[in-house]
Amino acid sequence: MRAPSLLMLSAAAAFAVACGGRPAPEEPAPEPTPTAEPAPAPTPVDDSADRERMERERMAREAAERTRAVSADLAAMINFDYDQATVRQADQATLDRKAAVLQANANVKLRISGHADERGSDEYNLALGNRRAGAAKRYLENKGIDGSRLEVISYGEERPLNPGTDETAFAQNRRDEFEVTGGGDNLVAPQ
Amino acid sequence: MTRSLLLLLTFATAGTMAAQDTTRVDEGVRVGVDYRPGTRPGLVVLPGPGLDSVRAIISRDLDYSDRFEIIPVAGLSQTASTAGGGSQEGGPVNYELYKGLGAEFAVELSQAAGGVTARLHDLNAGRLRNQQTVPLPAGANFRLEVHRLSDEITRWASGTAGAAASRMLFVSGGRVYRSDSDGHDMIPLTPAGQTALSPAWSPDGQRIAFTQLGEGRGGVAVQAVSGGATFLAPGSQTALNITPAFSPDGRTLAFAHSDERGTDIYTANVTERCCAQRLTVGRYADNLSPTFSPDGRRIAFISTRAGPPQLYVMAADGTDQELLAPFDYGATGSSNAPEWSPDGASVVFHREVSGSPQIFVVDVSGRRIRQLTSSGRNEDPTWAPDGRHVAFISDRSGRRQIWIVDMETGRVRQLATPGATRLPSWSRRLGRTTLAPNP
Repeated sequence: MRAPSLLMLSAAAAFAVACGGRPAPEEPAPEPTPTAEPAPAPTPVDDSADRERMERERMAREAAERTRAVSADLAAMINFDYDQATVRQADQATLDRKAAVLQANANVKLRISGHADERGSDEYNLALGNRRAGAAKRYLENKGIDGSRLEVISYGEERPLNPGTDETAFAQNRRDEFEVTGGGDNLVAPQ
Repeated sequence: MTRSLLLLLTFATAGTMAAQDTTRVDEGVRVGVDYRPGTRPGLVVLPGPGLDSVRAIISRDLDYSDRFEIIPVAGLSQTASTAGGGSQEGGPVNYELYKGLGAEFAVELSQAAGGVTARLHDLNAGRLRNQQTVPLPAGANFRLEVHRLSDEITRWASGTAGAAASRMLFVSGGRVYRSDSDGHDMIPLTPAGQTALSPAWSPDGQRIAFTQLGEGRGGVAVQAVSGGATFLAPGSQTALNITPAFSPDGRTLAFAHSDERGTDIYTANVTERCCAQRLTVGRYADNLSPTFSPDGRRIAFISTRAGPPQLYVMAADGTDQELLAPFDYGATGSSNAPEWSPDGASVVFHREVSGSPQIFVVDVSGRRIRQLTSSGRNEDPTWAPDGRHVAFISDRSGRRQIWIVDMETGRVRQLATPGATRLPSWSRRLGRTTLAPNP
């Protein structure tokens, strides 16, 4: 495994602390702050300190970007067909990225929560949500992730992402959410 | 005819709503023993001095029993007095007057020391059929005692006791509430700020069980209806535990335990608080919503073992699992929320039809299925203790409320509750009768 530089690690840690560890899954990744390329310095006598500082900032930015991307991979939701708990083909890549991140970050633990749309019985939807969370867990286990790092819970239809009552809303609400519950600092991007 | 007009006014609304639900009921759900199609006997509840609230409760209870056509007699007591001696305390009831209004029965109420005397007059036979004096305690049990008296009057007149002396549990805003069978005296039983689901009565009406939903997990809590501490059913302390149901002897609680292996049905002894036992082995399928037969020997439940959730039955020890309600794979909608009838003959549940849940009944021996509702979304049915009424959640009024269908007549009415309501559970008849023996 490629050893990340000490500088990157501390920058990532600083970012993670500043951001409270993990962005909420619903929030779109914040627009990258526009960073004007510094104007060419007018032939300085000795600019080594400045260059060092700028280099540090650049690396910190890149590390933050990487952490953000890795966090986003971990948090990305997957969706399900109506009354189904089978991982869809289209969502396998999403879970594969999580598996890679989990392999690169052996301390990371995930809580997988299954959700259902409001159709169907309140009670059955709790079981269905549980089955959906379990399906993601088994998929990740099959990719070599230790099951003890993956916690399964279900909210049934109690926490809709979209309060609407049309198929668009239902489709968004039939989902697994993934929350990092441990080892979320100092995230390393998989190779 | 005066009677027809009054009936028309009284039942016009209910009749319209019932019509939407009766098309299939007419095909033959007949549970009661005394029902003669189209001939509900007329009944008047005479005003008794100082007993307006008792009379109002009894009139409503008898109406809700769906065994009588309640003939309004407001303002008639004066007429009765002038016409022939009246119905006032001590005076004879004017049988001919009320027969003329179409009544077969007259209920006479009068005050007695610390209580009330009810007399049922058989107008055609021209005699007093039955009477009883009951104490009416002030406070919390007042309405329940009046409901018990209503059930007795129903028994005198029809041969079968009513179901008024019972209570309903339901969930609104995450709290479990209790109300009388007529929707009055609504009281929260669980604190605000929690999410409770799936309340269930113990057979004696003294305890309830419900899911205490936390952060994606939850135990099955048991508590006394009168309040006090709760405890978690053995086997339900970890992961997610839902859909509790008491056994008929009240000692065993069946529930579904969800973890990463799937959802399976367990039983636990809630008297000695021990002995959790797993009844189904789902292997990533769901088994949930257990409901005991009244003899305690079988459990109907929902399983996804064949794909969509459908209704199965097994022995109470988990053996002999088999399909209960036939379905066509790929065509029949999901089935959920079963409850075994008090007489043991059938199981009520809901099943998706064209994307909306509807109430169905399957008879346990013949496995024949009947659809009871067709308008709006109708789900989570629960039997009244009389075995002929079923309460369920319907959105036909625009939001989810409790509705009650009489399987004999198809009449449907709403049980008014504030706010959106779900997951009703109807108790058995409550309490030992404190009524004096029949004369």
